[in-house]
Amino acid sequence: MKINKKLIINGVIAIAVYAAVMGLVGAGALSRQMMSLITPICVYVMLAVSLSLVVGFLGELSLGHAAFMSIGAYAGGLFLIGTEEVLPTVVSIPLAVILGGACAAVLGVIIGIPVLRLKGDYLAIVTLGFGEIVKSVFNAMTGITGGAKGLSGIPLVTTYRNFTFVFILMLLVIIVVAHMVNSRHGRAVCAVRDNYIAAEAVGIPVSKYKILAFVVAAFLAGMAGVVYAGNLGILKPVNFDYNTSIEILVMVVLGGMGSIRGSIIAAVILTALPEVLRGAADYRMFIYALALIIMMLFNNSAFKKNLIDKKNLRHAEKLQKEA
Amino acid sequence: MALLEVKNLGISFGGLKAVENLNMKIEKGALVGLIGPNGAGKTTAFNLLTGVYLPTSGSILLEGKNIVGKKPAEICQAGIARTFQNIRLFSKMTVIDNVKVALHNHFKYGLVSSLIHTPGYFKKEQEIQERAEEILKIFELESYQDTLASNLPYGKQRKLEIARALATDPKLLLLDEPAAGMNPNETAELMETIELIREKFGITILLIEHDMKLVAGICEYIYVLNFGTELANGTPQEVLNDPQVVKAYLGE
Repeated sequence: MKINKKLIINGVIAIAVYAAVMGLVGAGALSRQMMSLITPICVYVMLAVSLSLVVGFLGELSLGHAAFMSIGAYAGGLFLIGTEEVLPTVVSIPLAVILGGACAAVLGVIIGIPVLRLKGDYLAIVTLGFGEIVKSVFNAMTGITGGAKGLSGIPLVTTYRNFTFVFILMLLVIIVVAHMVNSRHGRAVCAVRDNYIAAEAVGIPVSKYKILAFVVAAFLAGMAGVVYAGNLGILKPVNFDYNTSIEILVMVVLGGMGSIRGSIIAAVILTALPEVLRGAADYRMFIYALALIIMMLFNNSAFKKNLIDKKNLRHAEKLQKEA
Repeated sequence: MALLEVKNLGISFGGLKAVENLNMKIEKGALVGLIGPNGAGKTTAFNLLTGVYLPTSGSILLEGKNIVGKKPAEICQAGIARTFQNIRLFSKMTVIDNVKVALHNHFKYGLVSSLIHTPGYFKKEQEIQERAEEILKIFELESYQDTLASNLPYGKQRKLEIARALATDPKLLLLDEPAAGMNPNETAELMETIELIREKFGITILLIEHDMKLVAGICEYIYVLNFGTELANGTPQEVLNDPQVVKAYLGE
């Protein structure tokens, strides 16, 4: 019964958000600038939620998430260009998304196997290096990707005009991660995070679950990349450097490790903030940085801990009354 | 056939022979103690039995099958579960999730079925929930099931570790200093719990312990290690009156 209640609340929130965005766009209440933010917000939510699988639940610091996004973006982008005249968009978009995810997942396996032998800061540095390699390869493959000039002419199929599709895709990513976390597979992943020696001792195949979390996250990031490509219409390798990876990581950390809802909220705020602050021109990045610091301090504050403790206490009292 | 037979087991780290020529034979249903002064190689022996270390010599037969070279996860599935001297719980997970992790290999469903929530997923999850609650009940931890493992009091953390090990449905349970850091009341309670799980699960137990009252109170047979080699073995009475054992513990 408890699960059902949660499900209903989340469903209501999802529908309300969808209706609100559709309503605002339909009524023309949003400026062009705001409308151009809709898809990027969804993309970053997908990226943050997928990365939280690795950082929050598996407990490994990955600094190369943008690389998986870029593979998906280029694969999906090229596919969309190639099939623009052949397939109707209803068919081509889902295929592009699946293709982008699959390419990213394949890369996830190739990189994951050697990288996940490492731990902690070593793993972080290696994923960082790997992300730069992928960027350089895209830069060098001028024949296919257009190199530094960029891959242009991607049909704009995932802009706010196609919000329904983008929104469904985002929900899908959230649901996949949430469902995985609440299964035996997700528990195994969390067990590896908390104590891999104990996880091995209770029969969890540790390497398998490390790779699994990594590959699923890569797949979902690849999907997000396709949406990104279909929104911008042009891809440049420089868009996928370590700055992007760090941005995604900041969202996950800020949202609270291991909290999907937190990652979503942080992704929305951090994607919207620089644009919303555009009016403040000179102070934009200053306010952005300040907001980051304040949010981080709040997350670690005694004030927040008190709030959580009080909530837990109420819950415990309720349970006692019932018993 | 003995449940566990250890023959000439040894491991050396560089020049240090941490365990040498260890021989043990544990019958099904027995409760055996492994004692010895600090640094005698007791925990190393456990790490060899559970595949954490690869022995440099000897063999470990579980029900006649050699398990040397298997990974810890495989050895767990073969039927050896353990607890740790320094508690290793999944600290950021709830008490019941700690037990559920250990049920991983007993109630299976695929990744896809968990992603799209097939009826099979709900059925298995229900079974996992029931089994986990059942195990927690035996250890009187059911009221703590939604508490984070790290927030449990110390004695309860030890209990939870045993509960988690039992959830893997082992043939042989290795307890590494289960009474370490416990007060006499908690130790007495622990002794009862150990007796209880033997009755309920018909399980074979090998335990490392320094608390002689506990060892003499519940163990039927004892192996004594000193400097990585076997010093003595026998019933508690025999071993504790053995002058060599007394010397190892108390000096001349």
